[in-house]
Amino acid sequence: MEPHDQIEAGQTRATDACASVSRRSFLIGAAFVSSSLLLGGCGGGNSTRGSAAPRFLEPGERNFVRAAVDRLIPADALGAGAVQAGVDVFIDAQLAGPFGQAVGIFMQAPFHLGDTEQGYQLPFTPAQVYRLGIQRVDEHCTRTLGSAFAQLKPEQQDKILHELEDGKIDLGEIPSGDFFGLLWKNTREGFLADPIYGGNRDFAGWKLIGYNGPRYNYLDDIGNYGKPYERPYVSLGGTRPVMCRLSDSPTGRFRGPGCEYAHMPAKVHYDALTTTTGKVWPAGNL
Amino acid sequence: MAKKLPEVDVVLVGFGWTASVIAQELTEAGANVLALERGGWRDTVPDFSVTHIQDELRYAVRKQIFEETQRSTLAFRNRPDQLALPMRELGSFLPAAGVGGAGVHWNGQNWRFLPTDFLVRSHNEQRYGKKAIPADMTIQDWGITYEQLEPYYDKWEYLCGISGKAGNIGGKIQPGGNPFEGARRREYPLPPLKRCAATVLFDKAAREVGLHPFPAPAANTSKPYVNSLGVQMGQCTFCGYCEWFGCANYSKASPQSTILPVLLKKDNFSFRTHCSVVRVLTDSAGKRATGVVYVDQDGKEYIQPAQMVVLCAFAHHNVHLLLVSKIGSPYDPASQTGVVGRNYAYQLSSDVNVTCKERLNPFMGAGALGQVVDDFNGDNFDHTGKGFIGGGYIALWNTGGRPILQEYLPKGTPKWGGGWKKALHEDYLYSTHMQCHGGMMSYRNNYLDLDPTYTDDYGNPLLRLTFDFYDNEHAMSKFLTDHATDIAKAIPNRGINSKPRKGHYSIVPYQTTHNTGGAAMGNDPRTSFVNPFLQSWDIPNLWVMGSSVFPQNPGYNPTGTVGALAFWAADAMKRYIRNPQPLVQT
Repeated sequence: MEPHDQIEAGQTRATDACASVSRRSFLIGAAFVSSSLLLGGCGGGNSTRGSAAPRFLEPGERNFVRAAVDRLIPADALGAGAVQAGVDVFIDAQLAGPFGQAVGIFMQAPFHLGDTEQGYQLPFTPAQVYRLGIQRVDEHCTRTLGSAFAQLKPEQQDKILHELEDGKIDLGEIPSGDFFGLLWKNTREGFLADPIYGGNRDFAGWKLIGYNGPRYNYLDDIGNYGKPYERPYVSLGGTRPVMCRLSDSPTGRFRGPGCEYAHMPAKVHYDALTTTTGKVWPAGNL
Repeated sequence: MAKKLPEVDVVLVGFGWTASVIAQELTEAGANVLALERGGWRDTVPDFSVTHIQDELRYAVRKQIFEETQRSTLAFRNRPDQLALPMRELGSFLPAAGVGGAGVHWNGQNWRFLPTDFLVRSHNEQRYGKKAIPADMTIQDWGITYEQLEPYYDKWEYLCGISGKAGNIGGKIQPGGNPFEGARRREYPLPPLKRCAATVLFDKAAREVGLHPFPAPAANTSKPYVNSLGVQMGQCTFCGYCEWFGCANYSKASPQSTILPVLLKKDNFSFRTHCSVVRVLTDSAGKRATGVVYVDQDGKEYIQPAQMVVLCAFAHHNVHLLLVSKIGSPYDPASQTGVVGRNYAYQLSSDVNVTCKERLNPFMGAGALGQVVDDFNGDNFDHTGKGFIGGGYIALWNTGGRPILQEYLPKGTPKWGGGWKKALHEDYLYSTHMQCHGGMMSYRNNYLDLDPTYTDDYGNPLLRLTFDFYDNEHAMSKFLTDHATDIAKAIPNRGINSKPRKGHYSIVPYQTTHNTGGAAMGNDPRTSFVNPFLQSWDIPNLWVMGSSVFPQNPGYNPTGTVGALAFWAADAMKRYIRNPQPLVQT
């Protein structure tokens, strides 16, 4: 099989999973799932809307995510929060990519909820969980509080998030604790993953905790018990305009004339992903 | 119609650790060996380079270095009366796909089992009486002794360049090592790794509470090393990206860093990637394996005839292949007959988080950089009145400080919001955790068979795992966790979070990739699929490697014993090639 065929196979698979959701009946919940809602979820994955970063979320959905992550990791005296760190950008790109489309994930029917010990059993990709979940949370907020989540006061938003976390809001076929769990997991990822994925902007997350980024050699430092390790922050993509000696660059890729520092490029290219089964997800930009 | 290929002497299913050992040994003996790997080719350069391998999101979180459930997963339930559901996402354990197998992404925590581990039924019955073993606990002796395996442990350790301190050389206890270990013939090939702040604190605290800490044996090289095959390895630099990553530095022992540079030069060895073996073929009498069927990336089927078939895949996959090939008698828990799928086991692990007063810089680490106490493993202590048999080690592993997954925050930390952020800010650099790495006995209702509902990419029924924790292991785990908490209290700290594992086994949180059993070894064909040489009782030219042959799981990481058993079996295979007969007559 040529790589081109493999790309198509991967994309077709994601669509198939969506189609199966709309066609088949599932043994979870009683709520009816509208096929247009779900097909919309699949189509969005390939849309880039002229932006450098791949996008999945519709504007209203993006507002929800932005508002939610701002409460989950707020900006405060300790430093930037999730919004300043670009976590909403990160989540959007992840949902448009292989993660959001459940590439490589076993999505065979029949679906049964089962016991907690048996793990995730919903017939939805992560992108579909976001699409359905956001719609249902906004419906809930509008019905009970008069406006969508993003327009609520911070205290109201916190209360909704706690209720989601505790499984107390009815989101139809998605247990609200599962929706919250996915949102919080992705928020942490976006705050703490390498900046090449669009979050952790200006090393906001790593500055908070005191992690200087992936480095290669601590042989001389590991015995300095109890001492601070003070080096510039680095990413797999290089360094932001933090003053740094060339020798500090883990990649050695970002060199400029007489350069004492280097910039991370505005657009970060990520390599094509060859999965362990040999399927290929195309390269792209963040 | 499957295309039939020219016959080889030996076909290996999978191309990870055990296949690499067997291939190296049998090609030296002159055999023509072929390995079939379902994943792709990968090597230190370019696949594990520091320019991209230190990517926690891509490899550890999104799991791009492991097998995809879409192609092959298993269905899981706790009890036989439950409906098994597919493991849709990886969680509790992380099998590999690709050349090198899990040997690419392991931590390098490399152990020998205790002499009594190999005699777990007879030893415990003798010391504590037959009543100490519950009726549904189906443990058995291995059919070999530690003393028989010792030369092969030695061979494995000098292949991998293990860093450590011997505790018992020829029966003489060595200061600084593990005083409980079985006698070894000589010192480890390399001295222990340098210690980090957290392991220094653990060592001091463990001594204060009267235990016997020692540096963990590590397949991370403490110095440059030329291994027993003449392959050069580099000194570990503590980059903190071992487990779930490939090593960029030729420091973590893997097939790529220890065997393949020699093996791949040989004319009598070849391998094919993206080839999934779906059947083992036998003759009409079922007395001889004739080869395997595999499917390539394009879905084309091939028959690969061979004089010998060796199953070297991950533990689950070896058992699955036997079941779908209808080889051996499938285990039936109701009648307690049959052997294929019997005695599946795992580990019972728990954690104790400590937020220290001293800054730890946890990101300076290595997969097997740890201090350990072995006082409560196996039968290293008197179990009288304890209510359980077996045990495990307590270790402080400083594998790294990767920000997304390696936070060990104090008890009561808010789960999100400003409070979480504050705790992360204050505690990340000061927090560490201890692991209680408990063994697991085997039980009547912990087993593997075929699922009636779900199928894999090739149309085969999924493997079905029925598995839960039992009282013996819960009691053992509580005992270990309590002792670990005592050690934690002796470390100057700002908070301790003891996290005993309670309740049912869950497939969701990562625990260990130490899945064992299903094709157990032993002296009795009624309770084991392979004889003590890992040769099938029924089909003498079929062999099974890896932890699928463990009859139960001791309280250590399995790879050291998996490697030693591969060398042990390779010697037996060489005898078999000269004289193709069952090595144990029934």
